Amino acid sequence: MTQAKPQHIGKRYRLDKPELLAPAGNLEKLKFAVHYGADAVYIGGQSYGLRSNADNFSFEEMKEGVEFAKKYGAKVFVATNIYAHEEDLDGIANYLRNLQEAGIAAIITADPIIVETAKTAAPLIEVHLSTQQSTLNWQAVQFWKEEGLPRVVLGRETSLEEIAEIKKNVDIEIESFVHGAMCSSYSGRCVLSNHFTDRDSNRGGCCQSCRWKYDLFENSSPTGQWVSEEQQQDQNGDQPLFQADDNSFTMGSKDLCMLGSIPDLIEVGIDSFKVEGRMKSIHYVATVVNVYRQAIDSYMADPEGYVLKPEWIEELNKAANRPLNTGFFYDTPDHEDHIYEPEEKAVPYDFAGLVLDYDEATGIATIQQRNHFKPGTEIEFFGPNETFFKQVVGTIWDEEGQELDAARHPMQRVKIKVDQPLRYFDMMRKKNIKK
Amino acid sequence: MGYKPELLATCSTLDELKALAQAGCDAFLLGEEKFGMRLPGEFTPEMIAEAVAFAHPQDIKIYVCVNNLMDNEVLPSLPGYLEQMHEIGVDGIEFGDPSVLMQARRILPNLPLHWNAEMTSTNHGTANYWGKRGATRVVLARELNMDEITGMMPHLDVEAQVQVHGMTNIYHSKRSLVHSYMANQGRPVEDDRVGLDRGLYLIEAERRDELFPIYEDSNGTHIMSSGDICILEDLHLMMEAGVQSFKIESILKSTAYNVAAAKAYRTAIDTFIADPEGYAFDEAWLDEIRELQDPRRELSFGFFYKEQVY
Repeated sequence: MTQAKPQHIGKRYRLDKPELLAPAGNLEKLKFAVHYGADAVYIGGQSYGLRSNADNFSFEEMKEGVEFAKKYGAKVFVATNIYAHEEDLDGIANYLRNLQEAGIAAIITADPIIVETAKTAAPLIEVHLSTQQSTLNWQAVQFWKEEGLPRVVLGRETSLEEIAEIKKNVDIEIESFVHGAMCSSYSGRCVLSNHFTDRDSNRGGCCQSCRWKYDLFENSSPTGQWVSEEQQQDQNGDQPLFQADDNSFTMGSKDLCMLGSIPDLIEVGIDSFKVEGRMKSIHYVATVVNVYRQAIDSYMADPEGYVLKPEWIEELNKAANRPLNTGFFYDTPDHEDHIYEPEEKAVPYDFAGLVLDYDEATGIATIQQRNHFKPGTEIEFFGPNETFFKQVVGTIWDEEGQELDAARHPMQRVKIKVDQPLRYFDMMRKKNIKK
Repeated sequence: MGYKPELLATCSTLDELKALAQAGCDAFLLGEEKFGMRLPGEFTPEMIAEAVAFAHPQDIKIYVCVNNLMDNEVLPSLPGYLEQMHEIGVDGIEFGDPSVLMQARRILPNLPLHWNAEMTSTNHGTANYWGKRGATRVVLARELNMDEITGMMPHLDVEAQVQVHGMTNIYHSKRSLVHSYMANQGRPVEDDRVGLDRGLYLIEAERRDELFPIYEDSNGTHIMSSGDICILEDLHLMMEAGVQSFKIESILKSTAYNVAAAKAYRTAIDTFIADPEGYAFDEAWLDEIRELQDPRRELSFGFFYKEQVY
């Protein structure tokens, strides 16, 4: 593949081609993310990460993940993005040494004590400044560069214009979130969880209180300006600022999707395109990575002739469970960028099976079951290298050749006849039928 | 050298500053929205100069709040502002963003720099990290507990400031969330009155008795705690540990209330300094605060004695 250099708008490049950085909540997700085209993945270890509910990796799993990624030329980063408390400090150096030994390429870190500890404990590991630091301006980026960091993940509040100015002023790798769920607050500047449920959001305990429902009132005397009871009786008291059929107040944001702006992101010089979602499914990660991989490659191959393909958008929508927007890249989000209506929780499509083998002679594929399907189920196959077709499930056989009325058992190997050639690790999805 | 902690307050006007000075505060944090976060009132440079002229003869310190999350656009005005503060003769600058630290080190090499990143100032290692780069004080996160605070004191190379009274911010977004919500409901905010003086608050569906103040300013949307910290009863634990500065947050409170709080903490500090061994908390010190406390807001120990999980 010949790669034409895109025209940049007066700013220097660090990486020749932007990196596609994907989340991997566990070893299996890591393999899918890498196989589907991520240049790098970020994972969580047993401590110091912000997803205490994710599976998270042991050091052994990290090593296996690093080995797997290496075969594809991909890197593994570890999120060590908590704000540490006193009790967290002692183990940091040892933990970072273990990451280095496991072959981890970089840590994504918010707390300066971890930045500093990494310099001596794990000098081979790159330190990337996490979005949790809410870095928004070029002088702050310059500061971190002078501290020896090769990369800063900007706050999600930075606009394209601001990113351009940062790239113009500081010679450093810039990573930006391009897809996925967003904190509506400045990252790191929200302790709603702490107040509502005693769960520390800056150490991975976030319970997403920003997506809860609230009522908005006004008080004729400002809150806290305590007035006497007589005065209070004179006043009308508290006025609701909502009406009977209004939606509740919430801080919850729509999800970020920058697929429509790939040329802008590349031309402004963002070095790493980050996809959110260590808690998301295999199906989600594979679908999103697959689409962004194709879009980035397509642009890099021919910037002039690049077009956004409608089927990419269709693909992304199959994995999305929230409405999408462009965050702060073009403008500050407004009344159309938050989710006030009741949320549709279900993802439109489910992972139904993993392709383990394909017999060219017979056209029969061996599928590892990942969700229920049966003869007559409408399915789609997709994979890297642009595998994509729809068909209806015909006869299903088990490995002994016995006919089955349905593929019921998780991880069971079954065989079905398929309409087009498949490859190992292609995926089969089906429409999610609402119960 | 005897231990003499500072009693610091924020304030909304020069008059309130004078009343709080009278009540026993010996330091104030002032500033303007363009550079500082969640201030109870705007203090222009001229007003800060006036505050300094009032304060310095009485040995009262004036610190200026420059702790916003800065964007590119505000950077060019930072050096001029910092130089102006230097000329006025303020006693220190509070910062959160590294850009301010870089500028301040260059422009005001001898001015005390207080690191206040609010929720994220959570351990002594990071406080000392900023200390090595020029900070002289850490303003500790309000989400820390008593053991963490007293436990880190011997390890700190910089002074510590702890908020002991008032409300705290619990959520800060760049988004204009009140505007967004009202517009979404088809009744856009017309007069743009969504600031501190509007008295807006949120109630969460399952916590009907907790009122969370919410307001917007040019820095975005701020949601505040439904209760007020009051650590007076156990202030001695932090005094014994040597915490250098105690802060009363005056935002969204009447001057009378803030004066009552200042007096109570002044009394506790003075009593402790006079005789640390014989110190005993007196319940009556709380009377006036309790009398003026908004009955819908709980006075509590905040996170000082709460276990948080994650």
